[in-house]
Amino acid sequence: MTGGFRQSTSWVHTWVGLLLGSLLYFIFLTGTAGYFDSEIDRWMRPELPPPPATVDSARAADAALRYLNAHEAGAERWTIQLPGHRDTPHLVASWPHDGHMEEQALDADSGEPLATPRETGGGQLLYRMHWRLHYLPAGAALWLVGAATVFLLVSLVSGVVAHKRFFSDFFTFRAGKGQRSWLDAHNVLGVMTLPFQFMITYSGLIFFAVTLMPWVVSAHYGAGPAGQGQFLAEFSAWQAPAAPSGTPAPLAPVAPMLAQAEQRWGRGSVQVVEVLNPGDASARVQIAPVLTGPLRNVEVMVFDGASGALLETRAPSRRGTLTVAEGMLGLHEGLFAGPVLRWLYALSGLLGTAMVATGLVLWTVKRRQKLERDQGRPHRGLRLVERLNVATVFGLPVAIGAYFWANRLLPIDLADRAGWEAHALFIAWGATLLHACLRPPPRAWVEQGALAAGALGLLPVLNALTDGQHLGASWAGGDWAMAGFDLTALALGSAFAWIAWRLHRRARRTEAGA
Amino acid sequence: MNQIPARALAGVAGGYVLAQWLPLALMEALPLDRVDTVALALLMSFAVYVAAILWCFAARSAWRACAGLALVGLPCGALLLALGRWP
Repeated sequence: MTGGFRQSTSWVHTWVGLLLGSLLYFIFLTGTAGYFDSEIDRWMRPELPPPPATVDSARAADAALRYLNAHEAGAERWTIQLPGHRDTPHLVASWPHDGHMEEQALDADSGEPLATPRETGGGQLLYRMHWRLHYLPAGAALWLVGAATVFLLVSLVSGVVAHKRFFSDFFTFRAGKGQRSWLDAHNVLGVMTLPFQFMITYSGLIFFAVTLMPWVVSAHYGAGPAGQGQFLAEFSAWQAPAAPSGTPAPLAPVAPMLAQAEQRWGRGSVQVVEVLNPGDASARVQIAPVLTGPLRNVEVMVFDGASGALLETRAPSRRGTLTVAEGMLGLHEGLFAGPVLRWLYALSGLLGTAMVATGLVLWTVKRRQKLERDQGRPHRGLRLVERLNVATVFGLPVAIGAYFWANRLLPIDLADRAGWEAHALFIAWGATLLHACLRPPPRAWVEQGALAAGALGLLPVLNALTDGQHLGASWAGGDWAMAGFDLTALALGSAFAWIAWRLHRRARRTEAGA
Repeated sequence: MNQIPARALAGVAGGYVLAQWLPLALMEALPLDRVDTVALALLMSFAVYVAAILWCFAARSAWRACAGLALVGLPCGALLLALGRWP
């Protein structure tokens, strides 16, 4: 039975991996970029000034309230994100408008609007692609990503169960041995990132569990979105805000409220100030701290907006199942991660991406070597996959590079500019596929590797030329997000240049030998 | 590598049904409120799904794979039907 099990799981692994490999590669790479979504946002909005170095929470909150009072007095809710945090570097005021949130970045001292940045999807759109797949209808994208994730999970478990030499493979890498080296690399990468991949796949499925496993919910809450909404509201212990009383009343000063919050959580630890029913006698001010752990539901302090009195310090629901679910989702998003852990996240993501890439290459190398032994001719399927692999593994980094180039080169006043940035990504990706189909695969690898080196490695130059923010200026100004983006792009470009150079030498040797 | 399509179909389709029925049926034995019942069943469901798919490839034949799924799944489905928890 075990022999048959190993054989049939490896068959499924090989063929479903081929079918879903490109999709998984896309999910992994764009998801990994998501761990630096705020830094990418910073790079793609060069008009914004560098974030303030020191922040006075009370002063910033007052500045935002002045703006909101003057411009959005009638809104049902004001949300203020205090500056000085990784994912909220600037002071941002937001309010609901026609079913979505409008927002405005403000100067943390004066409350004046900051320069309106160019229209861009930023790091958020890039990160959203890893589950939203951009062009597809939301439902189709969700089921496709769900299927790919379940397959990856099955692969991981079957790999562990069926693998003959699971732990010894961790230490086995035989370089320069063709197919064997690719297999070793695929195994080492898989084993090394196994805990991360278990965490990221299972928690990824939990995000969409209500939709992917609808009968579980409908058995207890009734079918359809109504039942699902009811379950989610009860599960998260969501409380509907009270209706406004209709009696106008000015908002009490928030500085004393923030002082109480900072006394409880520590200086600079407040991230969000929310005002419900502003300008009304029933107004509430809710203050929430920055996340310091994976649990995303945190304590909230609630103040009476009219009197300024502390009404309650609302403990988050610690229902066991909610804590497990929140812990999983929080670990997936990694919003709490500081610089070191964030880089570990990114590194794990990149290694996972590399595991998918080596799996894709292994599929073709194995068949190509068998053909050479048997002196057969490559069939159409192998030739197609060889080309698809080039366009996937090197074409996608080129395409992501194109997304950033479009951010700087598209006309500022172009209609649907953010949409065209994304189109640029997919047009470039299509172009790499066309190129891969026209060129012999060994040359296509070299050329697209070189292209990726340029597309990513030259981004700091593009940055310097198009908005005057060169690396030296970012560094000197302490604009670490901007400098970090440029340095990372430079490192990735150099890595691609090195790989392209190695592939070039090998292709030359092969051509000379043939 | 025998009966791969049949095993895959049994695992993907049968496993999907089992992944929802089995946790729901198990929850009936636990004294939980309906929020915890649904949440715990959802958290478990993907583990059951993966296990069911793997079972279909580990079984000696596709027939035995289907029989195994039915042996576990049908009583669960019958229980849910009897309790009026029919999804």
